[in-house]
Amino acid sequence: MAVIEDTAPETRRASAPPGSRRQAPLLVRILRDRTVLLFALPGMLVLIAFQYYPLLGNVIAFQDFQPYLGIDESLWSGFRNFSILISNDPAFLNALTNTLILTLIQAVLVFPLPIVLALILNSLMSNRMRQIVQSILYLPHFLSWVIVVAVFQQMLGGSGLVNSFLRSHGMATLDIIGNADLFRALLTSQVIWKDTGWATILFLAVLAGIDKALYEAASVDGASRFRQMLHVTLPGMRPIIILLFILQLGSSLTVGFEQIILQQAAVGVDASEVLDTYVYNEGIAGGQWGTAAAVGLAKSVVGLILVLTANKIAHAFGEQGVYKA
Amino acid sequence: MTASTTAQDRPASARPRPRGRLSDTAGPLEKAFKAIVLTVACALVIIPFLGIVSTSVAPADQVTNAGGFVLLPREIDLTAYRSILSGGVVSRALLISILVTGVGTALSLVLTAMLAWALSRRGTVGNRAMLLLVLVSLLFSPGMIPTYLVVRQLGLIDSLWALIIPTAVSAFNVIVVRAFFANLPEELIDAARIDGATEWQIFRRIALPLSRAVLAVVGLFYGVGYWNAFFNALLYINDAAKWPLQMVLRTYVVNGTEMGASEMGTVVEHAPQQTTTQMAILVISIIPIVIVYPFLQRHFAKGVLTGAVKG
Repeated sequence: MAVIEDTAPETRRASAPPGSRRQAPLLVRILRDRTVLLFALPGMLVLIAFQYYPLLGNVIAFQDFQPYLGIDESLWSGFRNFSILISNDPAFLNALTNTLILTLIQAVLVFPLPIVLALILNSLMSNRMRQIVQSILYLPHFLSWVIVVAVFQQMLGGSGLVNSFLRSHGMATLDIIGNADLFRALLTSQVIWKDTGWATILFLAVLAGIDKALYEAASVDGASRFRQMLHVTLPGMRPIIILLFILQLGSSLTVGFEQIILQQAAVGVDASEVLDTYVYNEGIAGGQWGTAAAVGLAKSVVGLILVLTANKIAHAFGEQGVYKA
Repeated sequence: MTASTTAQDRPASARPRPRGRLSDTAGPLEKAFKAIVLTVACALVIIPFLGIVSTSVAPADQVTNAGGFVLLPREIDLTAYRSILSGGVVSRALLISILVTGVGTALSLVLTAMLAWALSRRGTVGNRAMLLLVLVSLLFSPGMIPTYLVVRQLGLIDSLWALIIPTAVSAFNVIVVRAFFANLPEELIDAARIDGATEWQIFRRIALPLSRAVLAVVGLFYGVGYWNAFFNALLYINDAAKWPLQMVLRTYVVNGTEMGASEMGTVVEHAPQQTTTQMAILVISIIPIVIVYPFLQRHFAKGVLTGAVKG
């Protein structure tokens, strides 16, 4: 949802030329704008305290950090903590592999679903019908992961809805919850259940904005419904598809942390560990602060590089990225 | 697709449309496909909810006979609700969640509106720099461990404030509200200023009343966020007596810990089924979301989509 288009300032600043105001000395300007600054202060403090100040805490990635000593007294260890990234550590490699596999599954299987659903919803003749379907399908988005996981357990678990139905009809029961082999499939279906409906919103907004005349022109030229979709609808959706794909690429290394941590105990670490749960288990639960912070820092840096790169690539293809560089 | 596009802005009769051409209307196969996809999708959402609500109010013997799950209760039996709401772990967690959500949402709204207002006053000192700080914070996250260390350093471990302050200001929401403030008619604000209104009066009397819709949306999003927050509690609240509802849900429903008599309320004739109790906890945690859901849905398109996601 971080699609920010900051159009307002450009249009407004024309009326107040910046040069004329910048003349006054800083102190005078601070005094002049003190009320506005006071307005910003509490919010900025929170943002700085929990978004920027913690960045400094990343120095413990270069320390043999001991909580009781604190950052000041802990011994420096250079890049030793980072050796975990290249030393073929099985636990770390497992977390990395699981993360990348899940990311791939989500990019290939999950990403196209809202597009298809949006096309179907958009093609419904009855507005009322469309609103009812939307109301139903958006709802799971607002439930917490705890609730979603609990709902899935109650549906698919040993004594859940599906299995009690199968059992009472004399059929073999399904072993899904707590089955390590099916864990990826379970995670994926949970993501689909929770967010596919909601993810159609942006696509529907774009679909509604496609010029109707284009369809009429195509239709007059004898284009079939399928050709119209190919040559009018999809090109119209291309910018938003690329934009959202970029955002997803940027978060490649972040997959379903809450979702997984909730279900990890049932399937074991091998099947379920991803980078974020690794950081949590290793650091906060396991006390290996330095290593965990090193992995977390490496992950953040690579993640940032991914966003910036993906954005560059989008620009290279002549699309508008997440931000204008 | 012509059929579909005219559906967007009825009446379709207003615009001539080629009729009787096979290529322009959905064929029966396509219609059947759509109907099946949408029906299955809706059923996948509705059936679990139906099952959960039904099981939570079904009488104990029906639940046992059905093997743990009921789609339609024979009669309504509220034993499970009475036992968990008359004191004990769930009641306490519910109060904590309500408290955190209420205080958190109020604080978040105040901080967000004030910061957004300041950021919408262009040409003031530090405006560009602060806006940049807000925008850039969307691109990265500071990391779980450093954030944890800051919360600990501030002495917030095992304090309910740890569930509020770290997430009190969402940069995204600030941008949304700022975009709204920035589009308020400049003449209105200038007029008030000429009449001698202070910055605070302009904010309080002009900006806020005109922005009720967007503030409602943002408030609802904050509220849902606080209500649903689970991981902050896992990280920062070790004392089980201070757990919000989501943690209780995790312990007794996801992990399936059996709830002892001491963890329930006093008004209970006979201990309810474990499944029934679990379903009741689930229902209690879903109800607030379902209540605000119509507002969320109605305002989303207007407030957030138009405010922030342009282009």
